[in-house]
Amino acid sequence: MSRLPRMLFLIAAGLLLVANQLPLWRVSLVAPQYPEGLGMVIDAHTVRGATENDLGNINKLNHYIGMKAIEPSEIPELRVMPWLIAGLALFAAGVALIGKRPVAIAWLASFAALGLVGMWDFWKWEYAYGHDLDYAHAIIKVPGMTYQPPLIGSKQLLNFTATSWPASGTFVLALAFVLGAVALFLKRKHRAVTRTNAAPAARQSQVVLA
Amino acid sequence: MKIPMTRSAGLAIAGIVAVGIIYACAGQRTATTNLVTGDAASKVYVAPGSYDEYYAFMSGGYSGQVSVYGLPSGRLLKLVPVFSQFAEDGYGYDAETKPLLETTYGFIPWDDSHHPELSMTDGVPDGRWLFINANNTPRIARIDLTRFETDEIIQIPNSAGGHASPFTTPNTKYVVSATRFSVPIPNTDVAIDSYKKNFKGTLSFITADQPGKMDIAFQILMPGYNYDLGHAGKGPSDGWFFFTSYNSEQANTKLEENASQNDKDYIAAVNYKRAEECVAQGQAKATTTEYYHNYVDPGSRQAKSEKKTSVKIVDPANCAGVVYYLPTPKSPHGVDVDPTGEYIVAGGKLATVIPVHSFTKLQKAIADKAFDKTVDGIPVLKYDAVMAGEVQKPGLGPLHTEFDGKGYAYTSMFISSEVVKWKLGTWEVVDRAPTYYSIGHLMIPGGDSKHPWGKYLVAMNKITKDRYLPTGPEMAQSAQLFDISGDKMKLLLDFPTIGEPHYAQALPASLIKDKQVKFHKLSENTSPWMTKSEADGGITRNGKHIDIKMIAIRSHFAPDNIEGVQVGDTVNFHVTNIEQDWDILHGFAVLGAQTSELILQPGETRTLTWIPKGPGVYPFYCTDFCSALHQEMQGYIRVSPAGSSVKLMANVSKKTQAQLAEAKKEK
Repeated sequence: MSRLPRMLFLIAAGLLLVANQLPLWRVSLVAPQYPEGLGMVIDAHTVRGATENDLGNINKLNHYIGMKAIEPSEIPELRVMPWLIAGLALFAAGVALIGKRPVAIAWLASFAALGLVGMWDFWKWEYAYGHDLDYAHAIIKVPGMTYQPPLIGSKQLLNFTATSWPASGTFVLALAFVLGAVALFLKRKHRAVTRTNAAPAARQSQVVLA
Repeated sequence: MKIPMTRSAGLAIAGIVAVGIIYACAGQRTATTNLVTGDAASKVYVAPGSYDEYYAFMSGGYSGQVSVYGLPSGRLLKLVPVFSQFAEDGYGYDAETKPLLETTYGFIPWDDSHHPELSMTDGVPDGRWLFINANNTPRIARIDLTRFETDEIIQIPNSAGGHASPFTTPNTKYVVSATRFSVPIPNTDVAIDSYKKNFKGTLSFITADQPGKMDIAFQILMPGYNYDLGHAGKGPSDGWFFFTSYNSEQANTKLEENASQNDKDYIAAVNYKRAEECVAQGQAKATTTEYYHNYVDPGSRQAKSEKKTSVKIVDPANCAGVVYYLPTPKSPHGVDVDPTGEYIVAGGKLATVIPVHSFTKLQKAIADKAFDKTVDGIPVLKYDAVMAGEVQKPGLGPLHTEFDGKGYAYTSMFISSEVVKWKLGTWEVVDRAPTYYSIGHLMIPGGDSKHPWGKYLVAMNKITKDRYLPTGPEMAQSAQLFDISGDKMKLLLDFPTIGEPHYAQALPASLIKDKQVKFHKLSENTSPWMTKSEADGGITRNGKHIDIKMIAIRSHFAPDNIEGVQVGDTVNFHVTNIEQDWDILHGFAVLGAQTSELILQPGETRTLTWIPKGPGVYPFYCTDFCSALHQEMQGYIRVSPAGSSVKLMANVSKKTQAQLAEAKKEK
């Protein structure tokens, strides 16, 4: 791999480390009596309220429908996720160092796989909180009603409109992925150039690209 | 303003026909038809969800409280209990707030609150605190404007009738209190007709810029007149304070007549910097007396009372240059200093002019020793030497003046029932507007400060009669809002008020609206009776004294079943609202309690004391509609006969029991 794609992988590594510090997802809840809204933020390492007491207040409200209290300490994935992202960053740095195309492809594949697994896991947690209700102690029981918040977009849950969107960290992760993909694309373009032109021209084009 | 009002009202009734005719003939009054013109409605319409431009703080007069209105809508936003018990939220009933109403006379459940005064920085309201006086048992209270709650009350010793109070100095170093009623000092058993010999007045300066630490800095001993109102100097007159006095006749009976003899009474001009010097030089006499200082501890939100035993008294005879008298016609009521600090405007309630003194001339007269005479060591300056001008034929019964910051003054006229606008410097009347009826104070936001926000004027009227749908013999008192942004005053709105809206102050909402506390942090609650979580509640017995620690949260109390209490016990319910969200309040009341409910703000602890009279089971419940399951928020307390063997028991919720069981397993 030439210098530019390697640089891109190095940047991707940096972006992954930055994303580790940023909110990945945001769920906001608005109801008639909560015009100011309640919010939940999902970071790589924790789940927290958008403001100091939001998580506590969301849990207080959820006890009416028998939902389990959301306790970050009870979600083991939150302890693993920062390391996985850091691992991907290390991997990206390795790609930059080694500069081998197959390694780069492996990085992209594992990133994509982790992303998909992450989203599926997030959905599973939402499903669990929304469906695994303590009917014995639930105060409000609406037949057939479950309370799974949406993965993306808005959904009406009793008096609350729940809206869920990726936050800055996820966009930074996506950018890191795109940079990796672009790096590979550049390499391919360069190859195409080598195939059709003479070697000196290829060298020239390499210089241009670098 | 009870006495002046009665006096003036009496005069109004007696003279109303004659006065009406004279004034009608003189052609000085505009017609008393409804003067609302143009788009008044749109000027006071604050659309649903929108906010008012100003907070107005109106005294409750004989209600003892403060009411908060939005301007220009005239909507009532809040009642702040200050000097009277307020069963609506338990103020003055629960153990936490009761000490605020403690005095040397014991616990007092009521007073008469007259003058709200905003704290100032550099002569302009800054939105930190509101002060207000108690007239009957002289006291001054501080209200915190991030919570709209009374935080501190100080009693004024050697004083009766704390009317000229609590006017503030430009940086809130002091608030003041002067005696409306002179009394023997110290108060002793003497013949009432020994008034001239034994009765004295005091002017008190109270340090005010440290919350929780108000104290009497010093008192100035004055001749036995009635001291009525006051205002601090500002700009060039900073360091001076002006108080009106009447009854320079020193009558002790039928003041209506006997105190209205002299053509002129006095404004006392007090050089309080000079008083500070005399105190620093040890010329003030430390005098034994008793007064209470009560304040709320911010962490526990429990009020504490402390008794103080000494005060420094400055005698003008031993502190030359501390007080001068300015002769002022006639039985002056209000004394108001214009925004530049040069003009001192008196409201001689029986005078036919509005006299205005000049601070520049006052200084020159002192330098020239232009004195008429000396009263108890106080030089009386010559009227002509201090007078800047007189507003001629202003109307009848001038009481109070406020300023718009554009060179105009507005004076309330009780007897001719109008607001008169006049120009400072030329003293000419430029506009009049009738009020309905018999205006007392008037208020322009910041209108007694260095920089008035001269857009609106509120008239506070004493008589309502036919202005609203009738409600029996007693009508709510009425306020009227005027637009004063143009040359002519325009009436915009009438609105009824709480108690007697004696005086008011207002400031732009932007100064305080974003500083409001939304809940008290449970982590900062230091009450010894605080219950942090459901598992921490419980019951303890100490002789015949029972303490129950309880939490309130949507939508239950924990514990909610209590047994083991016996007839003869005193039961204290210490309830903590463990919510941490804005405007999520709970209430607490128990059947047969001879006290008010508790209202619990999120994060605070309050205590209701209950002495059950007989055996039985008594329900308690949440009184503040808190949630969808508010009606389920209840519990029972069982009372057994004295000597019963029923064990002391306080349950906790199923959820908490489960948590406790789990915690045990983990251990």
